[in-house]
Amino acid sequence: MEAVNLLSSNRYTEKQIGYLFISVLVNSNSELIRLINNAIKNDLASRNPTFMGLALHCIANVGSREMAEAFAGEIPKILVAGDTMDSVKQSAALCLLRLYRTSPDLVPMGDWTSRVVHLLNDQHLGVVTAATSLITTLAQKNPEEFKTSVSLAVSRLSRIVTSASTDLQDYTYYFVPAPWLSVKLLRLLQCYPPPEDPAVRGRLTECLETILNKAQEPPKSKKVQHSNAKNAVLFEAISLIIHHDSEPSLLVRACGQLGQFLQHRETNLRYLALESMCALAGSEFSHDAVKTHIDTVINALKTERDVSVRQRAVDLLYAMCDRSNAQQIVAEMLSYLETADYSIREEIVLKVAILAEKYAVDYTWYVDTILNLIRIAGDYVSEEVWYRVIQIVINRDDVQGYAAKTVFEALQAPACHENLVKVGGYILGEFGNLIAGDPRSSPLIQFHLLHSKFHLCSVPTRALLLSTYIKFVNLFPEVKTTIQDVLRSDSQLKNADVELQQRAVEYLRLSTVASTDILATVLEEMPPFPERESSILAKLKKKKGPNTVTDLEEAKRERSADVNGGPEPAPASAASTPSPSADLLGLGAAPPAPAGPPPSSGGLLVDVFSDSPSAVAPLAPGSEDNFARFVCKNNGVLFENQLLQIGLKSEFRQNLGRMFIFYGNKTSTQFLNFTPTLICSDDLQMNLSLQTKPVDPTVDGGAQVQQVVNIECVSDFTEAPVLNIQFRYGGTFQNVSVKLPITLNKFFQPTEMASQDFFQRWKQLSNPQQEVQNIFKAKHPMDTEITKAKIIGFGSALLEEVDPNPANFVGAGIIHTRTTQIGCLLRLEPNLQAQMYRLTLRTSKETVSQRLCELLSEQF
Amino acid sequence: MIKAILIFNNHGKPRVSKFYQPYSEDTRQQIIRETFHLVSKRDENVCNFLGGLLIGGSDNKLIYRHYATLYFVFCVDSSESELAILDLMQVFVETLDKCFENVCELDLISHVDKVHNILAEMVMGGMVLETNMNEIVTQIDAQNKLEKSEAGLAGAPAHRDAYIFSN
Repeated sequence: MEAVNLLSSNRYTEKQIGYLFISVLVNSNSELIRLINNAIKNDLASRNPTFMGLALHCIANVGSREMAEAFAGEIPKILVAGDTMDSVKQSAALCLLRLYRTSPDLVPMGDWTSRVVHLLNDQHLGVVTAATSLITTLAQKNPEEFKTSVSLAVSRLSRIVTSASTDLQDYTYYFVPAPWLSVKLLRLLQCYPPPEDPAVRGRLTECLETILNKAQEPPKSKKVQHSNAKNAVLFEAISLIIHHDSEPSLLVRACGQLGQFLQHRETNLRYLALESMCALAGSEFSHDAVKTHIDTVINALKTERDVSVRQRAVDLLYAMCDRSNAQQIVAEMLSYLETADYSIREEIVLKVAILAEKYAVDYTWYVDTILNLIRIAGDYVSEEVWYRVIQIVINRDDVQGYAAKTVFEALQAPACHENLVKVGGYILGEFGNLIAGDPRSSPLIQFHLLHSKFHLCSVPTRALLLSTYIKFVNLFPEVKTTIQDVLRSDSQLKNADVELQQRAVEYLRLSTVASTDILATVLEEMPPFPERESSILAKLKKKKGPNTVTDLEEAKRERSADVNGGPEPAPASAASTPSPSADLLGLGAAPPAPAGPPPSSGGLLVDVFSDSPSAVAPLAPGSEDNFARFVCKNNGVLFENQLLQIGLKSEFRQNLGRMFIFYGNKTSTQFLNFTPTLICSDDLQMNLSLQTKPVDPTVDGGAQVQQVVNIECVSDFTEAPVLNIQFRYGGTFQNVSVKLPITLNKFFQPTEMASQDFFQRWKQLSNPQQEVQNIFKAKHPMDTEITKAKIIGFGSALLEEVDPNPANFVGAGIIHTRTTQIGCLLRLEPNLQAQMYRLTLRTSKETVSQRLCELLSEQF
Repeated sequence: MIKAILIFNNHGKPRVSKFYQPYSEDTRQQIIRETFHLVSKRDENVCNFLGGLLIGGSDNKLIYRHYATLYFVFCVDSSESELAILDLMQVFVETLDKCFENVCELDLISHVDKVHNILAEMVMGGMVLETNMNEIVTQIDAQNKLEKSEAGLAGAPAHRDAYIFSN
């Protein structure tokens, strides 16, 4: 508050302290801002240049949105008013720039813009500098409004460049005329393409030539400041030349100049030369000229003491690489990698991987390079790199044998990096057969070699190796027993890690039950991967941020397509393609079940690996059949067609239940307006209450959504609710209805009782309405164990040694509803000769007996 | 644009810090610490530029120079020319030298307000305002004259503030 009072003082010192305080300490959203704004307004109107200067400084330093609102209209007026002092104009220009940066929407374009452009002709070079900064920024957003600035800037530049060093008096800095302004003007020109007017263009070319010529002149001073200033202008001129990319002679000269700097003793210049050259390498005119410096750059990589400079050298090598020198550059980068700084290793690894892939004429060379890469810097090789090598090996038939042989040899080293084990495991699993003919790499030796690394690896690698083993079972039947022994060992089957355990169990099972045909189908070679943008490239881009590298990359890619005549990499955006990790690990992650992709509920897995014939029975996937299957079990796939899979997982307790419904989109396209609805008839609604929340209306391709249904049984019921699903797939409307398997027996609680009790109760329920009997033919083989399992699955307790005839089955339980509890007794008498069953149900309620009898009869 | 100007001594004690972008106090301290850490471990005869890995974003660059006991660090984005910033730094130091007559670390501590005034004449809101040393010195002299003309009282608050700012 004191400070704000100081602002309104008329004394300079007090005012100045007040402003200083505010610009250093006041936060841009302080409450005092309104008072401060008021004081500033007074000062701006005061016509005292010192006070105006202070006020403008304050605005620029605080630069908040409130200030922009208050002064954005005012400042342009001050800027272009004829009677404003030069120093105030300067401040006003920069102040406006600051406000434009914070809130561009508040600074209106208007009449003043054209007058600002004319400030470039101002006598006072300070004003010109400030105005140039302002125009540069504004022109980036509104190139049309400031087009006229180009010719003015060029003429200004030429006046500066051609002036003798004494003409500009104060603005000559160590014998260089107005270096700062020159740099700014050159920057401004980089906002625009080369001027169209030939006169202007000629003048600009002349300027740039003069700048390049001056660089050759002997220095006027030994001082470092002189060369700094001169070179600042020179580098800026070169970046303008690169930006225009239209004058081959200038580009080549620029390149020659930079080449000289590469060997300059001044580190700063070497750094900047490498950086500019990187940009220069992207131009088609100068690419070859840049390439002549390759030895110097490699030398820099080896001898340079400063990591910043070495980093630039790596960038430049990457930029200048093409088919002719790729082998040399990659070899140099690899050898540098052994001693490289830790901070840049990962980037170098990515670059080597990209170059090796892009310019590989001979894919054996590529495989060698990547394996070397893993050997030298395994820790820095990210997932993408080894995914990529596998993708390439799989897509190219001609290297598969070589790759298998090479990884086999590489794996023989006593210590190898885990990434190598991954690549090795994958490639041998796919193509191990190609080298199996050689007795030195027979299947058994391959297997033992891989297995010797197994125990040293992390869980994901081990999981991958297990997949390799099962692939071996398919490729080489002779090692099947060895592998089965390994899978069967306790360390696999009882592994603490669920993933490994599951794989071991599944693979073991698969290798024993499945026929060779099935094995061959399930464990077929991976199909070729679709061509797409290299995931490594995407990663490098991400690492570097939206910087010049991206542009360079685009430019290079276009060029490489011409130069190499190779197929243009598919321009598919990374987002629309599935992630490579999903693809690659798809081999291991998807259980090799012939039944297709499993629902996440795991219900299907149980089917495949259980011995229950009812589950394995290849029923046509009709809704009714599936419904019947769910009477005795709670989890599994309810419905499946080409587009959609519906999985269920449910649990019941007394009269309450919860059902998880999983909707899986089997296509790669989105489902839109996806709306599942539960439909209950009026009768059913009274007896069964269902509650659920709507699901997300879009289901992405390959994705799964989940819906939870809370269930309460109010009273006994006979019908089942219907699940109706509507969605749009592509352009067509889809409508699917299935019966939801919520049945009365789900609310069973088993009751154990002794023989005596059972018959006592059986007799109590002797009323004819209470008993329902059904005699029917067996639809499935009559197996005692399965029948028992079904009765337990049905929900009732299975009572042993109750019935005098041991062939009969007897069960008891209580159905829970909100209102009542209903005791149920059941008796099933099979007749093997006639392949018939007699089922008797006695409950305290007729409808319940009826319904339970219907449900259970369907099961046998 | 210039994001920040920092001056600290060989031990990493900040002497002047000026940020042209709003950062919270914590971030500022962190930037100063990290900058010192990066700059101080570099050899004498390596280059003056340092890119990447900075808090303010990957586009930023540190351009620094070591004068006797002080490090002058400018944190700039890619729209500034590196060598030009080095020149600016030289102008700044030479101006300080003229205004304080052989500037040393102690001058920066006891006259922080003046250092800020000089900086304000050169850089405004992250953009370069004036690079002409004579012009800057003239402005500063004019300010000093004004200060002197306005009674002897003026000296006292200036000093009190100086203590506040120098921590």
